Amino acid sequence: MVQLVNKLKFFLPLTIFTGITFFLIVALDRDPNYMPSTLLDRPVPAFSLSVLGNESEFIDEKIFMGEPSLLNVWATWCFSCRIEHPFLHQLSLQGIRIIGLNYKDNTFKAKNWLDEKKDPYILSLVDQKGIFAMDLGVFGAPETYMIDSRGIIRHKHVGIIDDLVWSESLMPIWKSLK
Amino acid sequence: MVAEFGHFSLIIALFIALMQTVIPQIGASIKNQLWMSCARPLVLAQSLFILLSFICLVFLFINDDFSVRYVAENSNTLLPDRYKISAVWGAHEGSLLLWVLILAFWSLAVSMFSSKLPIQLVARVLAVLGFISVGFYLFMLFTSNPFDRSLPYFLTEGADLNPLLQDVGLIFHPPILYMGYVGLSVAFAFSVAALLNGSIDSAWARWVKPWTLIAWMFLTLGISLGSWWAYYELGWGGWWFWDPVENASLMPWLVCTALIHSLSVTEKRGAFASWTLLLAIMAFSLSLLGTFLVRSGVLTSVHAFATDPTRGIFILIFLIVVIGGSLLLFAFRGPTKKSSSKFSSLSKELFILANNLILIIITAVILLGTLYPLIADVLGWGKISVGPPYFNLFFVPLTLLLGLLMPVASILRWKKTPRLNILKYFNGPLILSVIIGGSFPLMYESYEPIAVVSIFISSWIILITLRDIGHKSSTKVSILDGLKRIKISYWGMVTAHIGVAICIIGVGLTTAYSIQRDVRMLPGETISLANYQFEFVTIEPYEGPNYIADQATVLVTKKNSTIALLKPQKRRYFSSGQTMTEASIDSSIFRDLYIALGEPLQGDAWAIRIYIKPFVMWIWIGALFIAMGAVLASLDGRFKKIQ
Repeated sequence: MVQLVNKLKFFLPLTIFTGITFFLIVALDRDPNYMPSTLLDRPVPAFSLSVLGNESEFIDEKIFMGEPSLLNVWATWCFSCRIEHPFLHQLSLQGIRIIGLNYKDNTFKAKNWLDEKKDPYILSLVDQKGIFAMDLGVFGAPETYMIDSRGIIRHKHVGIIDDLVWSESLMPIWKSLK
Repeated sequence: MVAEFGHFSLIIALFIALMQTVIPQIGASIKNQLWMSCARPLVLAQSLFILLSFICLVFLFINDDFSVRYVAENSNTLLPDRYKISAVWGAHEGSLLLWVLILAFWSLAVSMFSSKLPIQLVARVLAVLGFISVGFYLFMLFTSNPFDRSLPYFLTEGADLNPLLQDVGLIFHPPILYMGYVGLSVAFAFSVAALLNGSIDSAWARWVKPWTLIAWMFLTLGISLGSWWAYYELGWGGWWFWDPVENASLMPWLVCTALIHSLSVTEKRGAFASWTLLLAIMAFSLSLLGTFLVRSGVLTSVHAFATDPTRGIFILIFLIVVIGGSLLLFAFRGPTKKSSSKFSSLSKELFILANNLILIIITAVILLGTLYPLIADVLGWGKISVGPPYFNLFFVPLTLLLGLLMPVASILRWKKTPRLNILKYFNGPLILSVIIGGSFPLMYESYEPIAVVSIFISSWIILITLRDIGHKSSTKVSILDGLKRIKISYWGMVTAHIGVAICIIGVGLTTAYSIQRDVRMLPGETISLANYQFEFVTIEPYEGPNYIADQATVLVTKKNSTIALLKPQKRRYFSSGQTMTEASIDSSIFRDLYIALGEPLQGDAWAIRIYIKPFVMWIWIGALFIAMGAVLASLDGRFKKIQ
């Protein structure tokens, strides 16, 4: 009996390795960028933020009521946002309602950026301290939330939206919102 | 043409490596002298072709051949020549080529310095090394060929090397780290060969030890160089982030540290044989696992170079074959190794066993923490990752415990130490260390427990070690004569252990007494911080070879005498448009002054971050001591006799 146990303990490293391998195999199929929002199918959290370019005007969550919209998190420090920007502009030309959330940014630079590059947003909310973003569960920029006409978050996309992402995964959801 | 030549050399090297795997292995099984002696020339041939292939890639980079996709993605005509060369290993494909090149170097070294070893063992060791090379060649040729052309539409200008990697530290960091990673393959190959041969004894341990020590030295240097680079280049003032890539290099180091100690027991006492074999397998497995984690994209990391699932699958299969295969061999052949040596509760063996267990527990904790996001995700617990608090919670107390045991283990005798003598030995150092540790923080404004503990532990290590040197040399005719008689491997151990103590001082005091301040400053403005005055003199444009920068000049004075003129930069690289913070540091033995330039604010004001970091250099000085200890230990005469 003791001898058997003695022999079996030499299989322990192999067993542990098999366990690790199992996780690695399963994990390989997963997308490391997939980040579910805890707020999925919940209303947009309450906020009151000023508008970029018109600091005296304050907007709250009611702006999402009435028609479906995209909430796009962006910043001038975010290199990927630069790549995403032209496509957002295309979307806005198609009549899609995009609201910007200028995230932890320098307001002055952000205004310049929109002047230079054309503005795809109906308006951009200023969240300099990232407090509203924290309520939303923002990890970084760019991120885009799809919100239906009753102000309920239906989908969250992390990373750049381009032609492919839009037509393959986001457009069907957008259509279902309408 | 050169690209095709390099590609072709790579294919030839693959076939030679295949022969190197098969022929000597069969020769060793059927005891055919000729087949076994094929191993050495095959290793030489493989090394030549892989070197040729590597030189081709360097040539392509220097000559800006942007028709080669890998060159176009990682280089640029504006890039200074030294960075063109380091760009060769700046990304995935090229770093793999460097990996196999270094593996060939190690194989060549083994084949050259093994003339006194039994030919059967040499044949098997080189065959195992050949097998590992084959895996990497296939990986490169099928998923990550650095010589792929992007014809017919090629670029006339390349993208650029990641600006973070355009740094002197990064020229040397990967080759040195890889020397360590890959060097562990030698101990691994020796272990697999021992399992196949069915014999392991103290002679075997003597053969493996110098190789392991040298690999460990490179690993030590590589890790500390990486941490130093992160310190001055990332501009965050931190030196260790518990990032998956850092963990991937720390885990093999910890296991290798255990291995070095366990090898001593196997060499001197013939004990722990199976355990030593297992450690050697684990150390190399962890370095392969590190490669997998970094390259496959299962974990996201600030350091991650490339993510591609086909690569992940390939590395995973390779891991299963190499690690799974060797562990299976260990499961069946391991138990035949008899280790029947008795030792009492106050013996070197027992304390080394304790050291090994602690090191393995630390490794397991880090492995769990690194894989935790992945495990949590698979089990559906959501995307969670454990941060520095988790790692520090386990790592710090376990390391301190290790530090407490270390000097005790080093002076205990094998088998049994008389209890009375030994207690007397520790009284003095214990009292002294408590006094030094307890009083040291009085020099500072606040009394920090971290400082007390770290100074206490390091004094404990240093005092006992010094006392032991004294003890060892005093028994002889004169002290000088006594010192001369001490073996060089003992000096190695002493140096490495003192290095650990120096590291602990550095880590402890930096953690306890670092000062950080984010300030908004206008040119001409001065602020005071801990007896230092920082005057923001000017901010001027600065032009580098492939970037433009805003360069601030900050004058640091203390009691009206100038300490340093620091020039931190905010760079913008032409080709990628990326901006980079280039911190400026005034280093000295007792403190670093560290300034990073933030963003421009309204008007002429800038955001500036200032750190004062006491004793931070000690972390890397300690690491140098550890590496030096490894070199001294490997020079011991008893290893030379067998080569």
